[in-house]
Amino acid sequence: MKLRLTGRNILQVEKTMTPSPVMVVLVPVASIVLALAVCGLFFYLSGKDPGYIYGKMFSGVVGSTYGLTETVVKSIPLMLCGLGVGLAFRMQLWNIGGEGQLYMGAFAATGIALFFPDWPAWVLLPVMVIAACLAGGFLALLAAVPRAYLGVNEIIMTLMLNYVAILWVDYLVYGPWRDPQGFNFPLTAPFREEAVLPTFGDTRIHMGLLFGLLLAVVFYFVIYRTKWGFEVRVIGESPEAARYAGMNITRNILLVMLASGAVCGLAGMAEVSGLMHRLQPGLSPGYGYTAIIIAWLAKLNPIAIVLVAFLFGGLQVGGYVVQTSGIPSTMVAMLQGTLLFFVLGGEILLRYRLRFMPGMRAGDESA
Amino acid sequence: MSMDVLTMILATAVTAGTPILYAALGEVLCERVGVLNLGVEGMMLVGAVTGFMVGVGTANPWLGLLAATLAGGAMALIHAFLTVSLKANQVVSGLALTLFGTGFSGYLGKSMIGTPLPNPFKDVHLPVLSDLPFVGPVLFQHDMLVLASYVLAPALWFLLFHTRAGLNLRAVGENPAAADSLGVNVFLTRYIYVIAGGMLAGIGGAYLSLAYVPTWMENMVAGRGWIAVALVIFATWNPLNALIGSYIFGGVHALGFRLQALEVTVSPYFLKMLPYILTIVVLIIVTRNNKVRRIGAPQALGLPYDREER
Repeated sequence: MKLRLTGRNILQVEKTMTPSPVMVVLVPVASIVLALAVCGLFFYLSGKDPGYIYGKMFSGVVGSTYGLTETVVKSIPLMLCGLGVGLAFRMQLWNIGGEGQLYMGAFAATGIALFFPDWPAWVLLPVMVIAACLAGGFLALLAAVPRAYLGVNEIIMTLMLNYVAILWVDYLVYGPWRDPQGFNFPLTAPFREEAVLPTFGDTRIHMGLLFGLLLAVVFYFVIYRTKWGFEVRVIGESPEAARYAGMNITRNILLVMLASGAVCGLAGMAEVSGLMHRLQPGLSPGYGYTAIIIAWLAKLNPIAIVLVAFLFGGLQVGGYVVQTSGIPSTMVAMLQGTLLFFVLGGEILLRYRLRFMPGMRAGDESA
Repeated sequence: MSMDVLTMILATAVTAGTPILYAALGEVLCERVGVLNLGVEGMMLVGAVTGFMVGVGTANPWLGLLAATLAGGAMALIHAFLTVSLKANQVVSGLALTLFGTGFSGYLGKSMIGTPLPNPFKDVHLPVLSDLPFVGPVLFQHDMLVLASYVLAPALWFLLFHTRAGLNLRAVGENPAAADSLGVNVFLTRYIYVIAGGMLAGIGGAYLSLAYVPTWMENMVAGRGWIAVALVIFATWNPLNALIGSYIFGGVHALGFRLQALEVTVSPYFLKMLPYILTIVVLIIVTRNNKVRRIGAPQALGLPYDREER
């Protein structure tokens, strides 16, 4: 597309495969600023002072050791789920089921913790991890199998399974798994010490952080440095080319969804074993959904996912902080949605570039 | 099962299916012009909360409905701008819309929780029709929104398959480049029907808060928006099929409540799972059938249209 400015000066808008590094940094930063501005306007219009809200959020997060460590604590499930769904997105598989897979992981880990009371920690914890991964992977496979063999829409299936998994956990904690000594609260019995993930010092940051960091490095290596990772990327970018090259798409759909669900399941295990030490309803405030934004914002790069997860962990903590002054914590989801709008809109600046061509006549250059 | 209970279950199936129907009709329009909008759940939530707020403020459910329609349309406008003009990924943009709608409706509605609605939509009595045995109570002893949906679904079917405008809009969804070369304004057509789809989703949400429940609860749409998206595939992008499909899903919702009332020994948590599991099962069967019968989504569904890439 050419725009004539004055006389012979032409401004050309053209597609580019290599976005300028300035834009790569500028677009996300500008998106964050604009999202804060738009939501600030909403706050203002609803009679709240945006400066006060943002100030309170900011000081609540970075103003104290507790705020900072809580940010890390909240970022653990976010980074794990972000890595999980991000892997599936690589292959254009829209796993929206991170939330349900997290619940299944929490369920399986709790089951092992409750029903094998005399295992030592070095057996119990690894078995809990494996069970959680299997349970999360199983839920993802329920959607992956019809997707792989019949082409059934995986977005709707994974989403519907979220509701099923959450209701399943509700059923357990309100029913058969309810702690008989729990004064009728919908909670399972607390975990024994052997079923609890170690924490760092006297903070609430638990070993789940190491799972996340380690997996990010592993995923980075697998996606960019192995033959399988190459296959996944090719299938994601061009299924036709992948088919020509003889890649087995069906098998890769199953494998990627299994791995994706397993990592989200691990997030559930880390939450119950590292943080809550029991199963309870509503154990995730939508980490599986937030993870979708994180993965997209990070351009599916595993290392970037970790960094963005810290940012969103902070946002989550900030949301809790302002809740005490009467601001509903759902404003965090609102802020996240707005942020995603701007990131999506800004992508056009990465796909196109402007070229200023002085002294040209329209049509001189055959583009 | 006595006749009375059957009548009651079927009547509830109709009312429970109505919000899903409105949303599904909207999504049919949207997908027919080639735009996938996964923001239905979010648009319904925003419709529900704005409809309720205006309904409470003015004590007039019709003004509430109008507000919900506009709010749903405004939400869809964001999606249209991002995906049609800026050619952003439709899946992610729709998800963003749902996330935003969930958060925004929760924020707006916080102070409304527990507020009673002074004047909800009430059942109307139609001469002759409402007095018919069996059919009367099942189909014609409902509020205006239910009755309007009986007219809307065939009207949209007629628009899609028997008018010039319908031909153009389907062409835009099947082959935008060809439609463009014949002088159809692809971008304008997509904007119009994406926004119309959002308006219908807004009405679907408002039906919940102004007639079905009628109150505001956080996240009260509870997955119905997603069921509507699935229903579009089930309905093979045809408004008349959506009419039937939504009552089946409504019936499952209704059955869950009835069984609970009849003290069936199944845990309520499992009964609540039913609509979601049914959606998955039906989706699998229908996808397989459509494949055999070679019925597919509109060819250009999910693809942005770029004039320079014709």
